[in-house]
Amino acid sequence: MKIDLQAVEDAAKELYIRALKVLPPDIKSGFGRLSASETGATAQRILATMVTNIEVAESTGNLLCQDTGMPIYNVTIGRGVEVDGHALKQALRRGCERATTEHPLRSSVVHPLTRRNEQTSCGALVPVIHIDFSDASERLEIEMIPKGSGSENNSFLKMAVPAEGIDAIKTFVVDCVLGAGGKTCPPTIVGVGLGGTSDLAVLLAKRAATRPLGSACEDPEGAALERQLSAAVNELGVGPQGLGGDSTAFAVHIELAATHITMNPIAVNMQCHSARRARASFTPEGVAYGF
Amino acid sequence: MAHHELSMPVSEAQVRALRVDDTVTLQDTLFGIRDATLIHLFDRGRTTRFDLRGHAVIHTAPNVRKVAKSAEHPAGYAPVCIGTTTSDRMERFTRPLMATHGVRIVIGKGGMRAGSLDAFRELGGVYLAIVGGTAALETTWIEQIEDVDLDDLNPESLWKFRIRDFGPLLVAMDSHGGSLFNVVNDAARSRRADVLARLGVGP
Repeated sequence: MKIDLQAVEDAAKELYIRALKVLPPDIKSGFGRLSASETGATAQRILATMVTNIEVAESTGNLLCQDTGMPIYNVTIGRGVEVDGHALKQALRRGCERATTEHPLRSSVVHPLTRRNEQTSCGALVPVIHIDFSDASERLEIEMIPKGSGSENNSFLKMAVPAEGIDAIKTFVVDCVLGAGGKTCPPTIVGVGLGGTSDLAVLLAKRAATRPLGSACEDPEGAALERQLSAAVNELGVGPQGLGGDSTAFAVHIELAATHITMNPIAVNMQCHSARRARASFTPEGVAYGF
Repeated sequence: MAHHELSMPVSEAQVRALRVDDTVTLQDTLFGIRDATLIHLFDRGRTTRFDLRGHAVIHTAPNVRKVAKSAEHPAGYAPVCIGTTTSDRMERFTRPLMATHGVRIVIGKGGMRAGSLDAFRELGGVYLAIVGGTAALETTWIEQIEDVDLDDLNPESLWKFRIRDFGPLLVAMDSHGGSLFNVVNDAARSRRADVLARLGVGP
């Protein structure tokens, strides 16, 4: 299957805008679950406002949140896909820029030292592009995530040691949620990356934070720890927006990798309640959009 | 838990009448500020032609569309999506905003720290919590972008919005030392040991 790069560019634009406007169904269901069990009156009002906002965004065609975030494109290339990888990255970048100037969207991206905003949502190494490969034959997937900064600013890495064990993981996650308070726009998805190297742990934490609600860690030990930590963080009472309540997190998600005999890396990355993502699937039948 | 309708600007007495857990709906005027706006005002000696005395500022940077100046769009900008950012990053600017510019109300999400709470008590101010991440809704409360200053910082310009029925917002920090964020944070920290114990983590 040969990939049309103009179609990739168009999809990169479309995905950014779609992600900012329509929340995935699993996140919407997550609000329903939290509302059903929330006991705090203020928390209930806040959750209701969030649900109203989702409806207003859809009925007015507006963005869910003003934060257009850091643009991230996750590309998965099947074995039967023929594509010029370098040109693909350029097409994604052009699509990201076009979304920003043609919609228009707020460009939230600046140079880290000069703080200059090019007004394109692009800059050095941004949009962030991750490329991976799958054994699906004629299929190319592009997932777009506009990662909000309020939650992203609460990202943490601890290079714990083996002697600190799983207790270090549990304590670190609980303390990150406590420390973040309302700054992450809770209820959040708390992404936890375990093992690997420091950089891999951080990447896994982001993958965990942006995984659909209802999905589980493929590792059974990881999945069991997800369930324990999901219950635990919601006993803290931080609540929606840090104003108290049971609904601190939709879930804690864990992704893990093997690590060194001397290491016990723990990374935490949080996703706000506007847990936005969109997906385009390229197959011989054409381009299909979803989540 | 009273509800207050406030037409901006307000007096010190009006602000001191607000207590945590009250709700507020604002009318008329609201100023938008952000990291770069404040850094340029207070660290780089920039000034503004706007009179902020008695006014409310919101931690924001909007999505806007550049349009021809008209009666409907006097600043040459049409609002696209206007929402609220995390306030904590701008903690050190609360006092100078109040002391130098006479700001009475800060609107944001996630809360602010002890320095802001002290400034609210000493100078007469409040923090109103908006529900973060609900910008589509918030945008319906903004009638117009009336004016803009420091626009070389766009989107982190100093924005002047004309608002109608902006709220309800929750009084989360008041001028009497009350902070809902402190109450929630203290309670959460007091539960930490029990939560960890149930996870099987020893003291």
